[in-house]
Amino acid sequence: MNRAIRFSPLVLLLIVIVALVWRLATPVDTNVSSKLEGKPVPAFDLVAGLPTKPGLRSADLASGEPRILNIFASWCVPCIGEVKVLQDLKARGVHIDGIAVRDRPGDIADFLARNGDPYERIGSDPQSQVQIALGSSGVPESFVVDGKGVIRYQHVGPIDVSDVPMILDKLEKAK
Amino acid sequence: MIAETGLIALWLAAGLAALQVVLMTLALRTRVEVGRTIRSIAVVQGALTLIAFAMLVLVFARSDMSVALVFENSHSAKPFIYKVAGTWGNHEGSMLLWVTVLSVAGAFFALLSRRTSERTLVAALGAQATLALGFYAFLLIASNPFARLFPAPPDGRGLNPLLQDPGLAFHPPTLYLGYVGLSVAFSLAVGALLTGEVDSKLARAMRPWVLGAWILLTLGITAGSYWAYYELGWGGYWFWDPVENASLMPWLAATALLHSINVLAARGALKAWTMMLAVIAFSMSMVGTFLVRSGILTSVHAFAIDPERGTFLLALLAIYVGAAFTLFAVRAATLKEGAPFELVSRETGLVINNLLLSVILGIVFLGTLYPLFVEAVSGEKLSVGAPYFNAVAGPLALVLAVLVGVGPLLSWRRERRPVFKQLTVPTLLGVTALVITFILAPGMTILTRLGLMVATYLAGASILPLVRRNPLRAPLATWGMVIAHFGIAVALAGMAMNGAFTSERLAVIKPGETLSVGPWTVLLKDVTPTAGKNWTALEGELRATRGDSITVLKPQTRYFSDPPTETSEAAIETFWNGQLYTVIGKPDPSGGWQLRLWWKPFVTLIWAGGALIALGGAIALLGRLWRRRRVQPEWRKERYA
Repeated sequence: MNRAIRFSPLVLLLIVIVALVWRLATPVDTNVSSKLEGKPVPAFDLVAGLPTKPGLRSADLASGEPRILNIFASWCVPCIGEVKVLQDLKARGVHIDGIAVRDRPGDIADFLARNGDPYERIGSDPQSQVQIALGSSGVPESFVVDGKGVIRYQHVGPIDVSDVPMILDKLEKAK
Repeated sequence: MIAETGLIALWLAAGLAALQVVLMTLALRTRVEVGRTIRSIAVVQGALTLIAFAMLVLVFARSDMSVALVFENSHSAKPFIYKVAGTWGNHEGSMLLWVTVLSVAGAFFALLSRRTSERTLVAALGAQATLALGFYAFLLIASNPFARLFPAPPDGRGLNPLLQDPGLAFHPPTLYLGYVGLSVAFSLAVGALLTGEVDSKLARAMRPWVLGAWILLTLGITAGSYWAYYELGWGGYWFWDPVENASLMPWLAATALLHSINVLAARGALKAWTMMLAVIAFSMSMVGTFLVRSGILTSVHAFAIDPERGTFLLALLAIYVGAAFTLFAVRAATLKEGAPFELVSRETGLVINNLLLSVILGIVFLGTLYPLFVEAVSGEKLSVGAPYFNAVAGPLALVLAVLVGVGPLLSWRRERRPVFKQLTVPTLLGVTALVITFILAPGMTILTRLGLMVATYLAGASILPLVRRNPLRAPLATWGMVIAHFGIAVALAGMAMNGAFTSERLAVIKPGETLSVGPWTVLLKDVTPTAGKNWTALEGELRATRGDSITVLKPQTRYFSDPPTETSEAAIETFWNGQLYTVIGKPDPSGGWQLRLWWKPFVTLIWAGGALIALGGAIALLGRLWRRRRVQPEWRKERYA
């Protein structure tokens, strides 16, 4: 049998082993990095989600100070826990605006009455159009927006108590 | 003391394995007679690992939370059977099961082997012990299953509820028996390459092991496929998931080996190729174990991601497969090929069978690892899914299925009879099926249409070896082959029917409303809470009607508390002509429930086919083992042997 054929399994094995060693050495980064970080918030103008609060336009986010834009919904279970953390942030002087996705004013009012209300403005996004424009795939999600209306950080999933120092740091850097 | 006994047994077994390796080296260098000694050591080594494994089962059965592994993976509230099954439902336990099977297989080989020459036997037992030694080192250094916790915690952390299912009790052990059973073929091939005794005698010694491992792999894959089908609630039977592929690859290699080994046994031909396949089959088992245990590929099955263990396993893989391939490269040139054959002959048929199976194996292997290669080279992330595998492997599998009908009709060396005439009736059956699909279901995809045609043809063609002779006098091996080949036709028909005729509905409905799927009208009667030993659930009550018949189905969404996890328990009702598969999902704020319904005509044929293939293998194995006790000469000349 030809020498090249006899040694080909060995060569193939080496290639596979090299690839596997490489993979073990560089573990997969399962975090999806946001494509919108560093870009201005896309233009939108949402009607108020609650009669008692103003609605939300993209221009509102370029207020000269860093803000958190939080995407939530009254039907979203993880949001219940997150709202409490957001109130904690609000107590530290952080400005927070909300977008309620696929929601109804009555339900939003109930949700906030039950769990607390950290929001300065709430825009209603009944068809998820703004949510999609923001590159958000689910609720809750949050964006740190700097004073010029540029997205500095996207947080997928609820902001946990343990995330607070990191979020404060992002807000500090966005100044 | 139970855990310590297990650990000591494991250390002793490792010591004996090392002794076996030393003895083998000695025997190959000096021609000292060590056959008897090495056989006894192999048996004792097997017994010791069996003790170690029994000790681990015992600590799990007794919920001994002072053992770290039990604490991590078990819970006192768990049903007894899942406590026992929990033994291998985790990394350390499954590796111990792996090495137990490896060394027990070695012990049985030492006990039962009568056909191998003494030198090759010694070399093979040494090779088997070398394999075991690496995995002992892995267990004792990097994954000690018997490590203690002090102080002992009050209760355990539970078990992945997806795995709390009868499927778990049988699926992984069956697959492992198959995976590791192939180790004997690997060791025999390595032993024979070392001694240079690659001949038909070796093939006949290897054949029962390959056949046995292959039967278990077939059963394991079939059971795993059914488990995923009803437990994951996705309604699919094969997902081309990396870990499924990891079980399919050894099976493909073993299937090829099973056929080429017959050529070596009967004609002394295809020596190098058969040895290569024997090495590859077990190598694929190791690749599979590595993929699952290192968590290197994203998969529903890769439960733990641990780079250190991954590195250890990869090193073992590289050493063993690398050594075997090197041995092959050096020794293959010295092998003399056996008797020549003509173009139209059973040998050619089996060579084509092997080529197709190898190409399919290559396709699956490439598809599984391709994302890795691409990312290594270009940094781009991608995934390879069902569309690739179905489009590339599907047509090849169909071609193979067509040839399955032809191969067994050919005779060894050269074929002078007009065998193709025998295929007229099966071919007509296939064409009729094709015409019927055009009339009844003009919208079918080409692959499912051809699948049905080939399945019908093969159902007829596969039984031809029993036609025109007295079936009662046909050897058991022939019966086994016919049943296994018929099983392929059955499974293929199931896949094609499922692909072509499945209807699916997904909707949110309120109690009292109905949803229809295929011939069924399904009423959501009510949704009520219910509870089991360690879970609570929301259970939907569905009334499915088709004509006059009414069936009640109760799909559930289960919530487990330790650890908190949610699973969906599909309710499936089997009828002679298909399965009604129902899943209940999340509630809607308006008071409705997500309901997912499938009507899958003849889907059960897929697993029935798998079972038939395994049954065929079992009958052939019985025939092979039984035959040993009889006088040999006349059988060699059998046409369908």
